[in-house]
Amino acid sequence: MAAGPKYPGFDTLALHAGQSPDATNGARAVPIYATTSYVFRDSEHAASLFNMERAGHVYSRISNPTVAVLEERMAALEGGVGAIATASGQAALHLAVATLMDAGSHIVASNSLYGGSHNLLGYTLKRFGIDTTFVAPGTPENFRKAIRPETRLLFGETLGNPGLEVLDFPAVAKVAHEAGLPLLVDATFTTPYLMQPFAHGADLLYHSATKFLGGHGVAIGGVLVDSGRFDWENSGKFPQLTAPYAGFHDMDFEEESGTRAFLLRARREGLRDFGACMAPMTAFHILQGIETLHLRMPRHVASTRKIVNFLVSNSAVDKVLYPELPEHPDHALAKKLLPKGCGAVFSFDLRGGREAGKRFIESLRVFSHLANVGDAKSLVIHPASTTHYRMTDADLTKAGIGPGTVRLSVGLEDAEDLIEDLARGLRAARK
Amino acid sequence: MNFTVDGRQAFAYTAAHALDAAKPTVVFAHGAGLEHSWFGLQSRYFGYHGRNVLALDFPAHGRSEGPPLGSVTEMADWVLRLLDAAQVRKASMVGHSLGSLVALECAARHPERIEKIALLGTAYPMTVTAVFLNAAQENRQDAYDMLNIWGHAQQVALGGNPNPGMWMHGDTLARLARLAPGVLYNDLKACHEYAGGEAAAAKVKCPVLFVLGRRDQMTPAKAGLAFAETVAGAQVVQLAASGHSLMAESPDAVLDALIDFLRG
Repeated sequence: MAAGPKYPGFDTLALHAGQSPDATNGARAVPIYATTSYVFRDSEHAASLFNMERAGHVYSRISNPTVAVLEERMAALEGGVGAIATASGQAALHLAVATLMDAGSHIVASNSLYGGSHNLLGYTLKRFGIDTTFVAPGTPENFRKAIRPETRLLFGETLGNPGLEVLDFPAVAKVAHEAGLPLLVDATFTTPYLMQPFAHGADLLYHSATKFLGGHGVAIGGVLVDSGRFDWENSGKFPQLTAPYAGFHDMDFEEESGTRAFLLRARREGLRDFGACMAPMTAFHILQGIETLHLRMPRHVASTRKIVNFLVSNSAVDKVLYPELPEHPDHALAKKLLPKGCGAVFSFDLRGGREAGKRFIESLRVFSHLANVGDAKSLVIHPASTTHYRMTDADLTKAGIGPGTVRLSVGLEDAEDLIEDLARGLRAARK
Repeated sequence: MNFTVDGRQAFAYTAAHALDAAKPTVVFAHGAGLEHSWFGLQSRYFGYHGRNVLALDFPAHGRSEGPPLGSVTEMADWVLRLLDAAQVRKASMVGHSLGSLVALECAARHPERIEKIALLGTAYPMTVTAVFLNAAQENRQDAYDMLNIWGHAQQVALGGNPNPGMWMHGDTLARLARLAPGVLYNDLKACHEYAGGEAAAAKVKCPVLFVLGRRDQMTPAKAGLAFAETVAGAQVVQLAASGHSLMAESPDAVLDALIDFLRG
């Protein structure tokens, strides 16, 4: 094959994509446009902006120059057509669902989901007439069997929660596309550095940018990215995108913009009406994180591997759930889809149940005990004594969590210090 | 809006307006491998400002049925048949790249039907390298990458899309992914083999505007300027920051140039 022109590499895009040096003042860093609104040149210009005849910003709930840099950068890193940054990862999931569905629609979702996503799909959206069937993701046929005539979306996480089940993208995407449906994935745990879901057949993805994208734990945000590859018109299931919409001057979003139809409606309706936009300062914070994503993720993974190796050989540990371990059910799939690593969030089961878990957590000095993941600092939580403390052991087991299950998010500290910290905790757990 | 041309469905975007015989008409003709929405902002503007708009999908592109038309002259004749189907007697044309050659040929062959032509990202001859043509003929991904990378100014690779939140390289690749095999090759070959530019340029009597990107890697501004010199009375607008995809890279500047040119 002849050598063609070359695209910039991931590392270059992580630092530059979406931004041109500031034309007015020459600022190299992304300027923070802390403004709600933008002065029109004249009435004609204003009318053209509102009617989408000219590109530009009108009001920062819809778009903002700082936020737009983050959106474009994430689209570039994921290989999408564009993105919309949102107030949180949950807002990104809601925006995707609300753009594609009406009351009466149905979702088929993996049952290995972040608890917040499970709540939204299993309880909250049900109140608005959107039903979800949860299926075990390890068997792609489970998705097919759950599809109904009113199904509009298949949904899973790149790495499931809490067992780090690896979603078989090629197989689940095939099921989705054969049914004329898009596949949405939560790619938070993998980031575009470890895996680009669009290359494996996903159509839409989102991140909780709060986690590894930011990496610093200072800002809550989300990003919804569209591959632009799903053919809404041929699917015939999405009049939201392929029929005139009275809520936006009878616009047929697909006819108007082709590959941009989903994002166009999500921005022009979803951000306009639900309003879960990202603040420019937040976008700036997340961008600072993304600029070093390609340096941080290999370190996160390398330290995680060291810690996993330490834990599997410790007698206080009953089981470690990490897909790089041969005993993990998705080990072979992980080798195929995640050759750069399976991330830095994983769970292990302590012997000794809830009390052992409490003693372990309370003995740690470097790991921070809190409810978050994906920080530069190492984090830990023991669900049975914190987030899930009301549940019986039997109910915990049903949720895939043992009384001694501990979740770690491995940060960027010296790995030997982290292992020493964990060893202290394990000694306490044994007492 | 769907029309029937040569017994097949032919689509033209009309900015959600019915055609009005009392209004002047602007036809937008896209470049190789693309479709009507490449002119999204500009065509929408004219549709909401007193014009009929027909933003075309050439056969086998966008929503128009195939097979593709094999030459610029066939495409020009097809445009006239579509105008007949739409019952539009006269129109101005805005053409980009391959579409600019079609617009030129329409104006030369049918001066009674074409009032003005605006040629965006154009040059003559519009040669295509053998490496590019071969890759397209074999439907290889690197053909789409060449069109994508050379089809934008170099700085586009690092972003700064005027359309907030959109990634131009990703958008173009997604559009090209929808093409049937062989269509890009067909279009590039039509550009490469078109030999009627000098004759057409000499015949054209209507007002002509050239809009050229100073950072165009596909049809360099220098080549576009040389072409413009062969067209009597041609106006030229050069956009300093734009590459070949002028409508996406500099949408407002393109629109302003078209508003000025099509006025009156």
